[in-house]
Amino acid sequence: MHGRRQTREKWTLLAPAMLVLALITLIPLANTLWLSFTDTRISALPVPVNFIGLENYIYALTDPDFQAALYRTLYFTIVSVGLEGILGVAVAVLLNQEFKGRLVLRALIILPWAVPTIVNAVAWRLIYHPDYGALNSLLFQLGLISDYRSWIGDPATAMNMVILADVWKNFPLVAYVALAALQTVPGDLTKAAAVEGAGPWKRFVSITLPWIAGPLMVVMVLRTIEAFRVFDIVYVMTGGGPADSTKTASFYVYQEYFNYLRSGSGASYAVLVAGISAVLILVYYSASRRQAQGAVA
Amino acid sequence: MNTFGKLIMGSAIATLAMASTALADTTLNALFMSQAAYSEDDIKSMTAKFEAANPGVTVDLEFVPYEALHDKIVAAAGAGDDGYDVVLFDVIWPAEFATRGFLTDVSDRIPADYTDQVFDGAWTTVEYGGKRYGMPWILDTKYLFYNAEMLEEAGISEPPKTWGELVAQAKQIKDKGIVEYPLVWSWSQSEAMICDFTTLTAANNGAFFEEGQPAFTVGGAKDAVTFMKASLDDGLTNPSSREYFEEDVRRVFSNGEAAFALNWTYMNALANDPAESKVAGKVKVAPAPGVAGKTAASSVNGSMGLGIPANSPHADEAWAYISFLTQKDIQEDYAKLSLPIWKASYDSPKVAEGQEDLIAAAKQSIAVMYPRPLVPSYTEVSDILQKNIHQVLLDQVGVEEGLQAAADRVKRIR
Repeated sequence: MHGRRQTREKWTLLAPAMLVLALITLIPLANTLWLSFTDTRISALPVPVNFIGLENYIYALTDPDFQAALYRTLYFTIVSVGLEGILGVAVAVLLNQEFKGRLVLRALIILPWAVPTIVNAVAWRLIYHPDYGALNSLLFQLGLISDYRSWIGDPATAMNMVILADVWKNFPLVAYVALAALQTVPGDLTKAAAVEGAGPWKRFVSITLPWIAGPLMVVMVLRTIEAFRVFDIVYVMTGGGPADSTKTASFYVYQEYFNYLRSGSGASYAVLVAGISAVLILVYYSASRRQAQGAVA
Repeated sequence: MNTFGKLIMGSAIATLAMASTALADTTLNALFMSQAAYSEDDIKSMTAKFEAANPGVTVDLEFVPYEALHDKIVAAAGAGDDGYDVVLFDVIWPAEFATRGFLTDVSDRIPADYTDQVFDGAWTTVEYGGKRYGMPWILDTKYLFYNAEMLEEAGISEPPKTWGELVAQAKQIKDKGIVEYPLVWSWSQSEAMICDFTTLTAANNGAFFEEGQPAFTVGGAKDAVTFMKASLDDGLTNPSSREYFEEDVRRVFSNGEAAFALNWTYMNALANDPAESKVAGKVKVAPAPGVAGKTAASSVNGSMGLGIPANSPHADEAWAYISFLTQKDIQEDYAKLSLPIWKASYDSPKVAEGQEDLIAAAKQSIAVMYPRPLVPSYTEVSDILQKNIHQVLLDQVGVEEGLQAAADRVKRIR
């Protein structure tokens, strides 16, 4: 009796949230899924809509350009999220030390994250400018380069330059979450380890890192989802160029939909991008569960 | 004026406006671009004149970069009454917009005698399938700008008439150490590059399509890409051109870092403005060159028109606004950044004053304006060409290989 009432209460309380979720997430998702199996096009005139099965998916997946874009997106995701993780934790450890001006520095470090992506992208585009950019000027004055060069106009460097801009913007988020977690690490644990003769690196790897792994995992999953569907920063900085070298998977969704007006086909690209990020999340979760079980054992 | 004063004034004006106009109070949403051709200030000033002449009608202006214009128009097509009432559209879109019903057919609104008074190249901008989907407004093409002082220093007396002569002159200028890279272009992976490519294709008598099939792998179009690549290999073209848009071209040329540049009309006034340019007064303009034995000059149709989206509830007011902006008098008043669509304007002293060489070049260039492919899938065709030509320019593939890849990809368009 008691259990059943509790269940009913739970569902009653959850219902409003579920309703909102259904309205803003599930219905559009179902609609997108349906669209992706049709040949719908954007038009102001009435046009017939046909169910065409998997044709859109076959078209997308057999396109060598889209396959290349998927690998490129994966590269972007792994490198930028990886760097954000390392840099974020390193900065968090620093900010967790006692020193003068710590509070000010903690406040300052969030600034890049507070800058809108578009503004950040425009700022970095100026920094990378081949003729007037600050990066060229800096490297030239340090004697590291003998001539001004093109950074985002060269296919060999363009993607890494975009990644650098993305890392600069997003590592503070990781740093903040890691910092919050670090403050919960019990001091006596590390002190005890130090007494036992464990060096700083050993203490960090076997005590601190496992302790903050949970929250860190959450923020890494968030960043991975965001990174895999990256669009705005690339659109502003390079527009996908030079020679498609920074064109990520999300460009195909946008391009099919708004440039070529094939909403059906665009939906199939969207479903593919969403599907692949779902797989990435699953990988994270299974990794974190294995780790949690390992910790218990 | 303090806030209270503003309030009083505002309500007084509002009351007056309501009392004095029989016209329905209408607010038009108009979409323009914020680069090249007419400046934002010009458009605001023309609009203010329109509002003064048409009490009750106000115009909300929105300016976006050219790169966002197409997608804004498309996205607003589904916005019902809240979309735009007037939009600026490019010469390459009418086929697509007409077949999808985004723009209102205004053929019947245009007076019959306009047909002969306006250039054919301008009409191309708004026509598809024998109907007119707007009024041409910006009649533009790319001209050859040159730094007369640099040419003189190199002992060159006449600007080049052919692209071959241009290369020879550029070599001369480079060899004398006057400037490191004599040529600058807008060859980023964008529509801007396709406009330069089209100009060179026109010069070489090339074609994009023949009987619906890609024809750019051979002949004039191939010659155009070969020329572009060679100018980079020879160190005549600034290598950063491969990431430049039109505004970058203007900046580099205005800084005195190039002897030749291909750009739209608007650069003439700005490169000769001391506040914007270090080479003001030394900048001359000529038609883009031709190719010996083939053409005397070359030119790309880069015109734009004003149209009424199909979902606008204020078509009459919108047409009044379009008619106002495109009329001869207004166009002649603002002829420094964009030249009129009207044939008679080119003999008007008011238009020619201070830009005689531009008008002389325009008379020659407008006659040979070459269109980009007039197909409903143009946006996709252009994207494919952009990517593959960019690969050629970046030394990733050869000319033939790149163009063949583009042709194969074009055949895959659904």
